[in-house]
Amino acid sequence: MGSRKLLLEKAHVPGIRGYDVYRREGGYRSVEKALKTMSPDQVTEEVKKSGLRGRGGAGFPTGMKWSFLAKPEGVPRYLVCNADESEPGTFKDRYLMEFLPHLLIEGLIVSSFALGSKSTYIYIRGEYAWIPDILEQAIAEAKNNGWLGKNILGTGFDCEIYVHRGAGAYICGEETALIESLEGKRGNPRIKPPFPAVKGVWDCPTVVNNVETLAAVVPIINEGGEAYSKIGVGKSTGTKLLSACGNINKPGVYEIDMTISVEEFIFSDEYCGGIPNGKRLKACIPGGSSVPILPANLLLKTAKGETRIMNYESLSDGGFAKGSMMGSGGFIVLDEDQCVVRNTLTLARFYRHESCGQCSPCREGTGWMEKILKNIEYGKGKSSDIDLLWDIQRKIEGNTICPLGDAAAWPVAAAIRHFRDEFEWHVANPIASQNRNFGLAHYADPLEVVPA
Amino acid sequence: MIKFSDEKLKKVDEIVARYPQGKQKSALLPVLHLAQEEFGGWLSTEAMDYVASLLKLEPIEVYEVATFYSMYNLKPVGRYMFEVCQTGPCMLRGSDQIIDYIKQKLNIGIGETTPDGLFTLKTVECLGACGYAPMMQLGKHFREHLTPEKVDAIIEECRRNTAANN
Ligand SMILES: Cc1cc2nc3c(=O)[nH]c(=O)nc-3n(C[C@H](O)[C@H](O)[C@H](O)COP(=O)(O)O)c2cc1C
Ligand code: SF4
Ligand code: FES
Repeated sequence: MGSRKLLLEKAHVPGIRGYDVYRREGGYRSVEKALKTMSPDQVTEEVKKSGLRGRGGAGFPTGMKWSFLAKPEGVPRYLVCNADESEPGTFKDRYLMEFLPHLLIEGLIVSSFALGSKSTYIYIRGEYAWIPDILEQAIAEAKNNGWLGKNILGTGFDCEIYVHRGAGAYICGEETALIESLEGKRGNPRIKPPFPAVKGVWDCPTVVNNVETLAAVVPIINEGGEAYSKIGVGKSTGTKLLSACGNINKPGVYEIDMTISVEEFIFSDEYCGGIPNGKRLKACIPGGSSVPILPANLLLKTAKGETRIMNYESLSDGGFAKGSMMGSGGFIVLDEDQCVVRNTLTLARFYRHESCGQCSPCREGTGWMEKILKNIEYGKGKSSDIDLLWDIQRKIEGNTICPLGDAAAWPVAAAIRHFRDEFEWHVANPIASQNRNFGLAHYADPLEVVPA
Repeated sequence: MIKFSDEKLKKVDEIVARYPQGKQKSALLPVLHLAQEEFGGWLSTEAMDYVASLLKLEPIEVYEVATFYSMYNLKPVGRYMFEVCQTGPCMLRGSDQIIDYIKQKLNIGIGETTPDGLFTLKTVECLGACGYAPMMQLGKHFREHLTPEKVDAIIEECRRNTAANN
C-alpha cells in the first residue's frame, strides 16, 4: 500500500506538466476555493490548523510565519519562493518543479492571496538552468487561463509570478542572503532583526518559503487544515518529500507520511530498496549535509532502544549527542566501504567554498577545518588534530551572523563524536589508510540501551 | 565594442520590468547570465561595464556581484565546460574516479582547458543531482549517472557538434 501521497500523487500522469492535463486532474481547485469562498486571513488560518512546518530545513510553522507579516497601509508585501536548493543531498524541489510545475504555481497563487503579494518571485538556483523555462511555460499557461494577472476570477485580486535565477551560491538559500541576491547584490546574509516579515526585499514586508512548503498549501486548502493535520504524527503533520542518495539501490525522491521507520525507508523496495552488492549499512546523514551523521546502530534505533521513525521528533530524539534532524529531507546513506573522514572532508570543503566570508569564525574556521581534515585523510594527521577540530567547530557554532557557521560545524562535530575511532585509526595508520578503509568496525553493533 | 542584439535588448527590458520601478539593479544577475551567454561564455571587464551602463549602475556594483557567484566566469573558458560535482553524495558514488578519468582522457588538470580551446574541466560543489550521481553540468543541462563510457560519448558528441558548426 504505502503512505498517502498529497504532492506526488499525479507525478506520473502522462502530460501532467501541461496545463490541460493538470486542470483535468483537479488542478487549480484550491485557487477557486480560496479566492471565491475564503478571505486571506481564513487561508492563513487553515494553514495554521494544518500544522504545516517549513520544508526548507528549519521546520518553522508556516501559518505562524505568515501571521507575523507586517501589513502597513500602502506598502507592497512580497512572497518569495525559495528554490535555491543547494544543501548537499537535497534534490526534492527540483523534482517538484520539473515534473509538477503547475502544483507550485497553484500553491503560489493561493499563498500570494493569503499574504497580499501582487508580485511573487521564485528564486531558483542558477545551475537549474533548464527549469525556469518549465516554470515560465506553466506561468504563461496559468495566465492564459485566467489564474494570474489582473482581477483573477473576478475577485479583484491581481497577481504576477516571476522567476529569478541565481548564479551559484549555497548561501543564497538563507533567506536574508536570498533577499540581497534578489536585489542584485552579493549574497551576504543580513543581521536580524529587522526580520524579513517587517523589512525584506526592497525594504518591504516579505515572506520567504520553500518550494515544497508552498506546494503543500494546495492539499491543505483542498482538504482543509484539519484533515491535513491528521496525517502523520504529533507535530510532524502531512507528508514530506525526501531525496534519497548515496549507497542505496533506488536513489530518488519519495513522499512519505511521517509514520514509517528509518529501517523501512532504507530497506523496503517501495523506497530506497536496500544497499547494493549485499553491503551493510554503516552510517547515514538523514536530513541534508548540515545535520549530524549517525552510525547504523543509532540510526535505526534511538538511544532509548525505540524504533526510529522518519519524522521531526523521532529523528531528533536524543538531541545532538544521540540524534540528528529531519532538516531538508536529503537522506544520504553510507555503506560499509565508505570512509567517514573522506566524507567529512568533502563537506568541510563545501562549507569553506560556500562561506560568504562576512564573519571571521566561519570564514577562517571552515578553511582551517578543511585543511586539518585533508591532512588526516591523506596520512599527514597528528593525534592532536582531532581535538583541534573539535575545538574549532565549537568556536564557530553560535558565533556567526547566519546559521551557515553552525551548518559547517555540526557535520564535523557529529563525525568526531560518533566515529572518533576511525579518525584515530587514520592518524595512527597513515600508510594503511591510503590503501584501505576502516570499514564497518563496530558501528552497526547493537547499543546498550540506557533506560529512560 | 560589444553590444546586445535588438532582440536581446528587448529581453533585457522584459527582465527589468519584472521588478518595481527604480529597482532595476535586481535585474543584474539575470542580465549577467545573458551577457555571459552572448559574449563567449565569460564576462570580460568590457562586458561587465556594458551591463553596468544598461542597468545604470556603477561598474564596481557589477564587479562585486560577478566575483561573488560561482557561475560567472571571469576568464575565458573552453567551448565545453565539464563541471563535475565532487561533494559527499557524489563522492560516495565514484565522482573521484570520474574526475580522474576525464583528466586522463583530455590530458588536462582541474581548472585547465585543452589546447584546442574545446574543453575545460572544473570541479564544483553539489548541484542538486545527488541521487543521479556521478554527474556534471554541461551548458544548460546536467549529465547524470556518469560512467567512463558515458564520458567518452559526451566528448565525442561535443567534437561532432563542433565539426557540424564550423
Ligand atoms: C545556509 C543556509 C542555506 C539554506 N538553503 C535553503 C534552501 O536552499 N532552500 C530553502 O527552502 N531554505 C533554505 N534555507 C532556509 C531559509 O533560510 C528559510 O528558513 C526557508 O526558506 C524558509 O522556508 P520554509 O519555512 O518554508 O522552510 C537555508 C538556510 C541557511 C542558513
Ligand atoms: S556564518 Fe558564514 S555564511 Fe553566514 S554570514 Fe557569516 S561568514 Fe557568511
Ligand atoms: S553531491 Fe553531487 S549533485 Fe549533490
